[in-house]
Amino acid sequence: MPRMTEPTIIVEGIKKRFGGVRAVDGVDLEVEPASVFGLLGPNGAGKTTMVRILTTLLSPDEGHARVAGHDVVRDAERLRHEIGLAGQTAAVDENLTGFENLEMVGRLYHLPRAEARKRAGQVLERFSLTDAANRTARTYSGGMRRRLDLGASLVGRPQVLFLDEPTIGLDPRSRLGMWDLIRELVKDGTTLLLTTQYLEEADVLTDRIAVIDLGTVIAAGTADELKTQIGGEVLELRLSDRARVPDAAGAVIGLVPGGAKVDNNTGEITLPVGADGPAILTEAIRRLDSAGVTLSGIALHRPTLDDVFLALTGRETEGLETAAAPAGSRHGRRHGRRGDGDT
Amino acid sequence: MSAPFSSDGLVERARWALHDGTVLTRRNLLRYVRIPTLLVFSTIQPLMFVLLFRYVFSGNIANLPPGAHAYVDYLMPGIFVQAAIFGATQTGIGLAEDLNVGIIDRFRSLPTARSAVLAGRTTADLCRNLIVVISMTVVGYLVGFRFQDGSIKAALAIGLAVLVGFAFSWISATLGLAIKNLESVQAASFVWVFPLTFASSAFVPIEGMPGWLQVFARNNPVTIWANTLRGFTLGPKYLVFINESIGALVLRSGLWIGLILALFVPLSIRLYRRT
Repeated sequence: MPRMTEPTIIVEGIKKRFGGVRAVDGVDLEVEPASVFGLLGPNGAGKTTMVRILTTLLSPDEGHARVAGHDVVRDAERLRHEIGLAGQTAAVDENLTGFENLEMVGRLYHLPRAEARKRAGQVLERFSLTDAANRTARTYSGGMRRRLDLGASLVGRPQVLFLDEPTIGLDPRSRLGMWDLIRELVKDGTTLLLTTQYLEEADVLTDRIAVIDLGTVIAAGTADELKTQIGGEVLELRLSDRARVPDAAGAVIGLVPGGAKVDNNTGEITLPVGADGPAILTEAIRRLDSAGVTLSGIALHRPTLDDVFLALTGRETEGLETAAAPAGSRHGRRHGRRGDGDT
Repeated sequence: MSAPFSSDGLVERARWALHDGTVLTRRNLLRYVRIPTLLVFSTIQPLMFVLLFRYVFSGNIANLPPGAHAYVDYLMPGIFVQAAIFGATQTGIGLAEDLNVGIIDRFRSLPTARSAVLAGRTTADLCRNLIVVISMTVVGYLVGFRFQDGSIKAALAIGLAVLVGFAFSWISATLGLAIKNLESVQAASFVWVFPLTFASSAFVPIEGMPGWLQVFARNNPVTIWANTLRGFTLGPKYLVFINESIGALVLRSGLWIGLILALFVPLSIRLYRRT
C-alpha cells in the first residue's frame, strides 16, 4: 500500500542471542514520525536489547532495522547524529557540573563550543535545573540526575529519542514530573520510543504499544485496544472464609459473560467487567449480601501489566517491580494467582 | 567492518578524533580538580615507595654502578618506571567505572570518534603520571637524589618514564574493557604489575638474583627502560660500565613502547566498539 511518509523506525526480523539466550527473537516494528511508541514488557523481555540495537550499541545477529532513514549497522555513524539515548542508569558524570555535562555532550555531537553552551543553558532551563547548573552532579537527587540525563539526550536535538525505562527507580512524585517532561518533548515533533514495565505509563505517554515477552512481540496496538482485548476493568472479591468461596462464585458468576476466575486457595474471585464496572460492582454486593457471604476485600481496578500478561500469555510476569500508582490489592493478587495454573 | 569512510575524508575524521579526544581528556582531568584528594592519594603511594626503598635498602645494596653516589641515585630511575606502570593501572579501573555507570553507552551512542573515549582516558592518565613523577623527583631531591647529567637529560628521563606509563595505560584499558568488573580489574592489575616491575633492574642490580630469574629480568622491558633512564640520570660513566650506548638503549626502549602500542591500541578500540 502506498504511504505518504516512511516510518521513522522500521524493524524487520531482528534477532539477537547472547550465548544460548535468545534475547530478541524475531521482532518486527514500525514507528510513525512524530509519534510516541512504547515497548512494554517485564524484566528480561528483550526491551533493552532492542533499544541497544536501534541506537547502534549492539549489532543484530539477523534482520534489519532503519532509524531516520539510516540502517543501524551500515549507516551507524550517520545515524548517531540523529538519535538521543537515555538509558536505565543516569549516565552523567558525577564530577562535572550539570552545565559541564551538557556542554560536553553537545561538543561530542560536534557542535561548536558557543552553540553547545547555548543549548546546555536552554536544556537546564527547560528541566528546571538552572539553579543547580554549577553544582557537580554528585550533589543532585535521583530525580535531578534523571532529568539531567534526559537533558543530555536532547542537547543534539535528535530526530529520534530512545528512553529506556525513563522512570525506573524514581519515587511517585518524580515519576509524574518525568511524565510531564516527556509529554512536553513530544510537542516538538520528536519521534520517541520508550520502554517500560508499567502499562499505566505506556497508557499515559504513548500512541502505540508493542507488548514484548521472551524476545517477541505478543501484542501491538493502542493502549485502549490492548485493554479492550482483555476486557476493560477487573473486579476483585476476597473472602476470608474459604468455605464460602463456591457460594460467592455462584452468586456473581452470571454477572459477566466471560465468567469468573476463582481461586479456592486464597479466596479470591476475579471478574473482567468491561466498561460496566460500577454497575456490576453494586449488583455483586447486593447478590453477595443476600447470599449471606461476608467479604474481606473488594476492588475495582483498571488492568495492570499483570492482567495484560496473564490474558496474553496465560502466565504471570516474573520479576515485575511494583508500579507506583496502580490501584487495587496488587500484592495479594500476585501471590494468590501463583498457585492456580494456566487458566 | 562498519564505519564507512563516506562523506568525511580521512583528514576530517582525524580532526574530529583529536577534537573528541581533547573534550574527553578535559572531562577526565576535571575529576582531579573536583576531587583533589584523588590526586593526593595517587601521589602518596609512589612517594611512600621512594622513602621506603631509599631508607630500607640503602645500607644493603653493594656494588653500586659508577655514576651513582648513593643507592637513591640508582633507585630513582627504576622507581619512576615502576610508578608510571602502577599509575597506568588506573586507566582500566577508570574505564570499568565508566562502563558500570552507563556513561560509555552514552558516548557510544554519540557521533563521537571511536578512539576518543580511550584516548581521552589514557591522555588524562599521562598528565596525572607526569605530576606524580615530578612530585617524586622533588621528594627524591630532598633525600639525596641528583640528576648527574644536566637538565635536558633529566627531562628526557622523566619523558620516557611517562611514555612507558602511557603505553601501559593501553594494556590497562584493554583489560578494563575485557574484564569490566571493577574489583576484578583492580585485582587483575596487581597480578602482572608486581612481578613485571620487581623482577627487573628497577630496584636492585640483576646480578644478585638467582640464575633463572636473571634470565627473565635481563629480557624484561622494565630493565631496559630503567637502564635507559639511568643512562640519562647517571651519565656516561654508567653507560661505559654496563657497556651500552644511549642510542641503542633508547632504540630498544622505543621499540618496546611501539610494540605495546601497536598491539593494545587496536585491541582496546576493538573491544570498545563491541562493549
